[in-house]
Amino acid sequence: MPRYRIRSRDIATMWGQDPVAVEKGLGIIEKAVPGIDEDTITISVEAARDALKRARISPEEIGAIYVGSESHPYAVKPSGSVVAAAIGAVGRMTSADYEFACKAGTAGIQTSMGLVGSGLIKYGLAIGADTAQGAPGDPLEYAAAAGGAAFLVAADDKGNVARIDHTVSMTTDTPDFWRREGQSYPRHGGRFTGEPAYFKHVVETSKMLMEETGTSPSDFDHAVFHMPNRKFPERASKTLGFTRDQVKQGLVVQYIGNTYSGCSPLGLCSVFDVATPGERILLTSYGSGAGSDSFHITVQDGIEERRELAPLTGDMISRKKYINYATYVKYREKLNFAE
Amino acid sequence: MIGMQKVAIIGVGMTDFGELWDKSLRDLTVQAGLEAIRDSGLPGEEIDALYAGCMSSGIFVQQEHISSILADYCGLTPKASTRVEGACASGGLALRQAIMAVASGMYDFVVAGGVEKMTDILTEQTTMALACAADREWEAFQGVTFPGLYAMMARRHMHDFGTTEEQLSQVAVKNHKNGAKNPHAQYRRPVTIEQVKGSSLIADPIRLLHCSPISDGAAAVVVASEEKAREAESDPIWVLGTGQASDTIALHDRREITTMDATVAAGREALDMAGLTIGDIDLVEVHDCFTIAEIAAIEDLGFFPKGEGGKATEDGLTELEGQIPVNPSGGLKSKGHPVGATGIAQAVEVVLQLRGKAGKRQVRDASIGMTHNVGGSGGTCVTHILGR
Repeated sequence: MPRYRIRSRDIATMWGQDPVAVEKGLGIIEKAVPGIDEDTITISVEAARDALKRARISPEEIGAIYVGSESHPYAVKPSGSVVAAAIGAVGRMTSADYEFACKAGTAGIQTSMGLVGSGLIKYGLAIGADTAQGAPGDPLEYAAAAGGAAFLVAADDKGNVARIDHTVSMTTDTPDFWRREGQSYPRHGGRFTGEPAYFKHVVETSKMLMEETGTSPSDFDHAVFHMPNRKFPERASKTLGFTRDQVKQGLVVQYIGNTYSGCSPLGLCSVFDVATPGERILLTSYGSGAGSDSFHITVQDGIEERRELAPLTGDMISRKKYINYATYVKYREKLNFAE
Repeated sequence: MIGMQKVAIIGVGMTDFGELWDKSLRDLTVQAGLEAIRDSGLPGEEIDALYAGCMSSGIFVQQEHISSILADYCGLTPKASTRVEGACASGGLALRQAIMAVASGMYDFVVAGGVEKMTDILTEQTTMALACAADREWEAFQGVTFPGLYAMMARRHMHDFGTTEEQLSQVAVKNHKNGAKNPHAQYRRPVTIEQVKGSSLIADPIRLLHCSPISDGAAAVVVASEEKAREAESDPIWVLGTGQASDTIALHDRREITTMDATVAAGREALDMAGLTIGDIDLVEVHDCFTIAEIAAIEDLGFFPKGEGGKATEDGLTELEGQIPVNPSGGLKSKGHPVGATGIAQAVEVVLQLRGKAGKRQVRDASIGMTHNVGGSGGTCVTHILGR
């Protein structure tokens, strides 16, 4: 998690918007901004190192690395191979970069599940990380943030942190948000990103998961939904019948913004900060374009001893340094005289 | 209407208004058209001609020539089909064309429809499309959009007549209250005066909840000669009068900006044709694209003296149970404003009211109703008076 933060109200003031109305409307107090030398790869590497510390495995045992992001530093040249080299996992292994707007991270978890489940590999490393872009003055600028999370996925149980009991996905062709090749900033369909896009996919996929696992909202101790702002996940969880208490721990968007591919994965990490063995978690990601991946997760005994082996997510969220809009413009390289 | 054939509306239909992302322009058109034809009780094959109001399908969905689409997708080729455009008054103008065609004796059985599909493009593109209804060279190129133009009218109205922000807001409160009872309305929920006054400022003094929304939707009515109307088993509503007037397209060229002269003229023309006075009208659907427009309209049509529209609204005189129920449908504000469909939807509402079929928003003992449809900032106005 990058340590720089910019407050919503500072962005609002810059663009002549009502700071109080913006902060209240989106529910985002501040968002994480990457430093000038941070990108999706550096964030991925840091997250992967922490995951390795907790997993206590040798990087050479990793058989696959998937980096999900919509801000891969290169259009051609994988982020995954750089991450592999940085953590010492290169060699007999496979890697690929994923892109599915905000759900490429959870897509990597599912792919890794398939590979470890089939016995093709021993460990899979799934990463969701982004340094998301928002055009100056676009409402996206309040939310588009940077951060990432990494998960080591295994089929065996040697004191794991959690068990994925079931996963289900939904995919449709819903053009709510996009960035074309060569464009610096994404575009979006305004209010179309709500009802027919986010809510339809998040709510229906979560329902499918609960149906297929024979569960209902009250069976879960925690629920994490993709959080492009605070309002959307709160409304989706209410529609589904979850209480505020169930979503509270995973709701981190107020303090870091929408970290896109890292967003719901970071919500899950925040839950792991406090979860106790036996607790059940519902995780539903959302990627524009559009689709959702939903997971039924049960916390395992291993969490107790592994939690403290690397910094907690909550600690990384509270470790911060505020910057003003001008610094933000500099760090995000928004002044581009070359074009 | 002396010297002309009597004209009736014998069928009405409309889609829901709102952000209908899963419906295309042609879906909406066909849905409203078929509903109106079914409602008329007459077979569609007997239709003589079609008139369609649509403002800007070219920009909104990159489809012009919707007259042909209408005939084609309603299965009515080779019947004559004509698109009519007059910005937000397109629908009202299409209805007037249909009425004149039947009144002339040339046709007996005509469908007048209106449609707009506005939510396929981004809000700023929609705003630009709507700005095409203003004077491009003298207004739009200078950066003025419709909230800005109506804000100037509102500001001047406040200055000249002491109209207050409360009164501007009360129009929205009243129209949402009515719209909450209209199953087709985009916003079927009441709003409080505090919510209206606390909504975001768009163009001082106009706030978000003083504005009609961006909407998709279609509406259609079947217009018939007396002979045809008697043949149909539906409940005919007679066209008693129709009026149309023009004014300068640019707001700054007007005699004054708190009165729409086109409304005054079109309103008078329709009343004269009907042989009625304004006091005979039992309900009116006015063009409240912004709440100030409703206040000006009820003054310019003669329901209230100039400058007293705001106070009349505040005093509840325009409520469903008031002296003159204004916008029982919820108006453009709450029902929604798919610009080309609006003029037709107003006629649909008046027909339903006069038939006594307006459900929870029924105006008691309604026998004569009026519609008022404006294009741009008042460059075009079209009115109709319908009666049992």
